[in-house]
Amino acid sequence: MVLQAKDIRKSFGDNDILRGISLEVERGELISIIGPSGCGKSTFLRCLNFLEHPDAGNVRIEDVELTSPRHWHRRDEAQAHRLRAHVGMVFQSFNLFPHRSVLDNVMMAPVHVKKMDHEAARRIACELLKKVGLGAVKDRYPDRLSGGQKQRAAIARALAMRPSVMLYDEPTSALDPELSEEVLSVMRALDEEGMTQLVVTHDMRFARAASDRVLYLEEGQIVESGDPDVMFANPREARTRRFLRTLLS
Amino acid sequence: MTPTIARALGRFIVCGLLVLGSAASVLTSRPAQASSALVVPGAQNEHDLPWASDGEANVPYVFHDPAQEGRVTGFEYELMGAIAQHVHRHSRFIQNGWDGLIPGLSRGLYAMVIDGIEMTPEHKEAVLFSHPYYVTSDRIMVRRDQQGLESLAALNGHAVGTIKNTAAERLLLQQNNVFVRSYDEETNLFSDLKNGRLDAVLIDEPIAHYYGSDDMKLVGPPIGTVAYGIAFPKDNPALRDAVDHALTTLQHDGTLHRILARWNLWTPQMAAYTGDKTTLDIKPQAWEDYRRTMESMSGSSFHAIMYRYVRFIPLIGQGAVMTLAVSALAMILAVAMGVVLALGRHYGAISIKILCGTYVEIVRGTPLLIQVLFIFYGLPAFGIRLSPLVAGVLSLGFNYAAYEAENYRAGLLSVPRGQMEAAIALNMTHFQALRLVVVPQAFRTVVPVMTNDFIALIKDSSLVSVITLTELSQTYIRLSSTYYDYVGTGLMVGLAYLLIGLPFVRLARMAEKRLGRVVGQGHH
Repeated sequence: MVLQAKDIRKSFGDNDILRGISLEVERGELISIIGPSGCGKSTFLRCLNFLEHPDAGNVRIEDVELTSPRHWHRRDEAQAHRLRAHVGMVFQSFNLFPHRSVLDNVMMAPVHVKKMDHEAARRIACELLKKVGLGAVKDRYPDRLSGGQKQRAAIARALAMRPSVMLYDEPTSALDPELSEEVLSVMRALDEEGMTQLVVTHDMRFARAASDRVLYLEEGQIVESGDPDVMFANPREARTRRFLRTLLS
Repeated sequence: MTPTIARALGRFIVCGLLVLGSAASVLTSRPAQASSALVVPGAQNEHDLPWASDGEANVPYVFHDPAQEGRVTGFEYELMGAIAQHVHRHSRFIQNGWDGLIPGLSRGLYAMVIDGIEMTPEHKEAVLFSHPYYVTSDRIMVRRDQQGLESLAALNGHAVGTIKNTAAERLLLQQNNVFVRSYDEETNLFSDLKNGRLDAVLIDEPIAHYYGSDDMKLVGPPIGTVAYGIAFPKDNPALRDAVDHALTTLQHDGTLHRILARWNLWTPQMAAYTGDKTTLDIKPQAWEDYRRTMESMSGSSFHAIMYRYVRFIPLIGQGAVMTLAVSALAMILAVAMGVVLALGRHYGAISIKILCGTYVEIVRGTPLLIQVLFIFYGLPAFGIRLSPLVAGVLSLGFNYAAYEAENYRAGLLSVPRGQMEAAIALNMTHFQALRLVVVPQAFRTVVPVMTNDFIALIKDSSLVSVITLTELSQTYIRLSSTYYDYVGTGLMVGLAYLLIGLPFVRLARMAEKRLGRVVGQGHH
């Protein structure tokens, strides 16, 4: 088990976004998280690397464990820092650094966070960019890339930190179908290499075809989880069925 | 932002509020200190006698000799030399603006002030005075063709000019129906009489003699009596007594008489005041020299004028160096402090946010001139004495820091939130995220505004002339009022400002170009 989340809770004011979500992820799994807008799936993902501080709950990734404290202290931030060393994250809006070239985007964290030797970081970055199909455009600035290229660069940037788990927050929502495909095929390739991946997505085709497991979230809780073929063909819960039916109609 | 800085800022703001309320009382209620030895404020050694006057457009008191660049002269200047000799010290002149003369005295910048200061009851409350060294009257001066303005009462209904904070001004303000125009400088006053903006001028007789030209005339009898005294700090009667003793001696041995005669200022009124009925056979040499210089300048050839401008260049250069030094240092301070304030206001805890916000609002909401005067003349009440240069740099720097802070904050706000999140997700620390990701992007939007601010700062640096710094604007005032030449010197000084500003514009262009390839991409 590479990731374990226990009873994650989060509210914004009176609004309970997460009402106790627990999840165990085995190494190499690809899990799709689906559900209606506002169901808390993005918030849950952001709680896993403490980009959002959960009100309560516990996350363990590899050997680093952090129970969300009532008040956030320096030592908690230090623990979150250790935990993030095992997690990579990809955003819907890419969030590449526009003032640096694609190569610099990928090298920046290894050089400054891991204090990696400049040459070594460069070698790794070039390799990763070649792997995601961006070897030819590595010296461009992000604004000169297409959306699909940007998201693949963002994946390479996250991979450069050698994470055990990759988190994707709606990675293809801002992309046309054919550009989405470039990104999804990179994710499938990573799955084949044994990367553990959690994907918040609206792309039901990808969720069904590529996932080892699908989680259906509604109102801050996991309604149903299981094998994608089973769930899409024959959901156990009425709420899941209703959600899938509205998507198809 | 560290708590230490926050505390210091807080203290500064509290101090500011306190002073605004109590500056006046603190300044006037200082305890008098009794001392047997002569205490000379501002003295650099035991032979030094520093005294101040406003040498801009101040003929014949203390002024820059138009015949010889860099030489200071005047009857008060000569008198101070004689007094210094009597107390066995070296006279040292310090330039200060008219408005700053008494504040500088209270502040201990120099030992005394001599600048035709009238011994009025109000003045006597603020300072100690010597015996009068000169007694004269106010006179009415009009254009040669003007008729019927020969008494104070006749001035009713007319525009009359004078120098501000003088007995003449008070006399005019007591009249019912006179339109009073108060000037800082004699030069401007008389040129306005000449070109018809004023119908008459009411002014101390020596000034009328020296500034009046052939197309003007003195009319009516002398009005009132004006007595000039040397001003001392309230807490230094010993120094006053020593100077009084010297003055009495100079009066008895004829030195004062000789000095005044050289300047054509020995009058029956002075004879009556001193009881000195002798007639000395002394040519009014200084008076004649001055008149000759002025005449020679009015009809100068092109060649002579050009030659004079060339002689101005070193003076303007010195002023430019001072302007550049003050501006550059203030900019560095403003940028550093602006960054701290902006980060404090953007990322700090709530108390730090409020503190930084309060600082910005107070500094932006009050005039720079007040801040300059406050830091230089106000802070000594709390034991903080700064040199003019340091005070100038600090006040300009503190002021512009507030504007820079708002500029940088806008820059930080222009960077999408996702940038910070991406950096944190890559396991950067907050500081690394700021340094590597957010600040470089914010910088791009900030540069054009910063260029503007810096050019504005170079120009605003002229305000530090009120705290005795001779920078470009002060140089302009001195040269133009000494030579009655506002056009040529104005163009030269304007050019100097442009030359100082240009490199910054170029630098900013380069920075913008370098950063120009970066186009915002994230949206949230």
